[in-house]
Amino acid sequence: MTNEIIQQRLTEKFGECLTEWSMPYGLLEFRAAAEMNLKVMQFLFDDEELQFRFLTDLTAVHYPNKKGEELCVVYHLHNMSAGIRLRLKVYVPVEKPDVYTASRLFSGANWMERETYDFFGVNFVGHPNLIRILNVDEMDYFPMRKEYEMEDPTRRDKDDEMFGR
Amino acid sequence: MGGDGGGSMELQPHTQHHIKLSEESLQKQTTTLNLGPTHPATHGVFQNIMEIDGERVLETVPTIGYIHRAFEKIAERRPYYQITPLTDRLNYCSSPINNMGWHMTIEKLLGLKLPKRVEYLRVIIMELSRIADHLVCNSVIAVDTGALTPFTYVFQYREKIYEIFEEICGSRLTTNIGRVGGFERNFTPASFAKLHDFMKTFPKVMKEFESLLNRNRVFMDRCIGAGPISAERALNYGFTGPNLRATGVDYDVRVAMPYSSYEDFDFKIPVGTVGDVYDRFMVRNGEIWESVSIIHQALEKIEKIEKEFPDQKEVFYAKEADHFHIPAKEDVYTKMEALIWHFKIIMGEIDAPAGEVYHSVEGGNGEVGYYLISDGGRTPYRLHFRRPCFIYYQAYPEMVEGGLLSDAVITLSSLNVIAGELDA
Repeated sequence: MTNEIIQQRLTEKFGECLTEWSMPYGLLEFRAAAEMNLKVMQFLFDDEELQFRFLTDLTAVHYPNKKGEELCVVYHLHNMSAGIRLRLKVYVPVEKPDVYTASRLFSGANWMERETYDFFGVNFVGHPNLIRILNVDEMDYFPMRKEYEMEDPTRRDKDDEMFGR
Repeated sequence: MGGDGGGSMELQPHTQHHIKLSEESLQKQTTTLNLGPTHPATHGVFQNIMEIDGERVLETVPTIGYIHRAFEKIAERRPYYQITPLTDRLNYCSSPINNMGWHMTIEKLLGLKLPKRVEYLRVIIMELSRIADHLVCNSVIAVDTGALTPFTYVFQYREKIYEIFEEICGSRLTTNIGRVGGFERNFTPASFAKLHDFMKTFPKVMKEFESLLNRNRVFMDRCIGAGPISAERALNYGFTGPNLRATGVDYDVRVAMPYSSYEDFDFKIPVGTVGDVYDRFMVRNGEIWESVSIIHQALEKIEKIEKEFPDQKEVFYAKEADHFHIPAKEDVYTKMEALIWHFKIIMGEIDAPAGEVYHSVEGGNGEVGYYLISDGGRTPYRLHFRRPCFIYYQAYPEMVEGGLLSDAVITLSSLNVIAGELDA
């Protein structure tokens, strides 16, 4: 199986819903419409040819400058028998960050989604127990979002301009 | 183990929202037991609130995050070379593997190809730390079943591995070993001497360790059938590493997606059948032997390279990685160009190209993955660690519910859950 075959198979099934195909460093990457994430993963799981039945990784990225699609949820799926991985991305607005949960399909997605919720505030619709996992329960913000600076912005001795950042 | 929980104390379950006791517990039909967060039998900071009936575990709710240090956030403001010490502190039983995995991720982003000698040296380091990691885990299983002797015995050899690391990079547990493109310095003759000494003496000790436990009736009765998981469930939970292989799935990143020239080596993947504590123990033992064989092969290969090309003896990093590799001290003090690069690298002013990389290595506990997004700056835009412990620890309730409390303890130690990796 090659990336081209996977791409062809997915395009046959989903057509226009999947966009932004690329292959950075040999890994097939594409974008799905936010409400399609679970359907695509279910198809990749069930299809006898594709067999992407292992969820390697699930996380999110915050792009504050992309209006209307600030949060990107990234899935890495793995077909173990063919030894091939792919990367699926869905974008959601930060005001309404709803994506369907994959925890029914992959038990392992349970905590990964809780972690993603904990740090980015992505709301996984249908998750059985979407509560914070690593941070304290009382926390009222999502710390991995880009608006939270790492260093104290009032410090003058670490002026970024001095270092061309 | 943490008192009797539902005992004589007046409990007000509805005012404390984070401790919800079940109806059975309130009526004193079952016992709520708080195992952890700091209990000697958990080997790390884990808390499990268990509902037990006699000695049977009915339900367990793990709480994690006690040593969460926000590495992913910190990494967004650190230059690439300063992230290596953060990776040390994920699985601190085998830090060098994490270090190497991180260097390889950047090398993949940069498109670097390393000389064979460097890759073999890395293989030696990674396999040594795999041995150290498995020795800790397996001897601790023995401790939790009541046998302290094997633990104290093999820890001498873990110590010897740390001495080898110390000789190469100066530190022992959190190593910060290697640099982008290779190593910070060449291996000294003393480190090779220590390595050869270890390779000569360790197999005998390992044999004794195995003869103490492998066919020990008491140990077998204790471990066989404890905390089992099927291959199907393990895959669904995202298990990797020895814990997955104990269920019979022969997935090993070193073989499935070879890195650092693992394709040049000849080794087996030990697998189990039912995925219980005993299988995990045996798979780790088998892997220690494979690691010993890989190190032997790597030493032979390095010797062969050095015989054929004597100038290769001095090769310990890729020349193309110059912009990430600190120049030698004598050059820094005498040459302007080297001094400039030294300054630029130390100040973290080296930009990496923009790109997205996922790279994974076979860590002590499974697939350690690095998902790196670079926007072309001096720091990652986003860095995510795929931490095998975090992913498989969520199967713990399923594995221990219905079993005995004492089985729950050895299941935890046989899963080799490392708090640093769990919480990142």
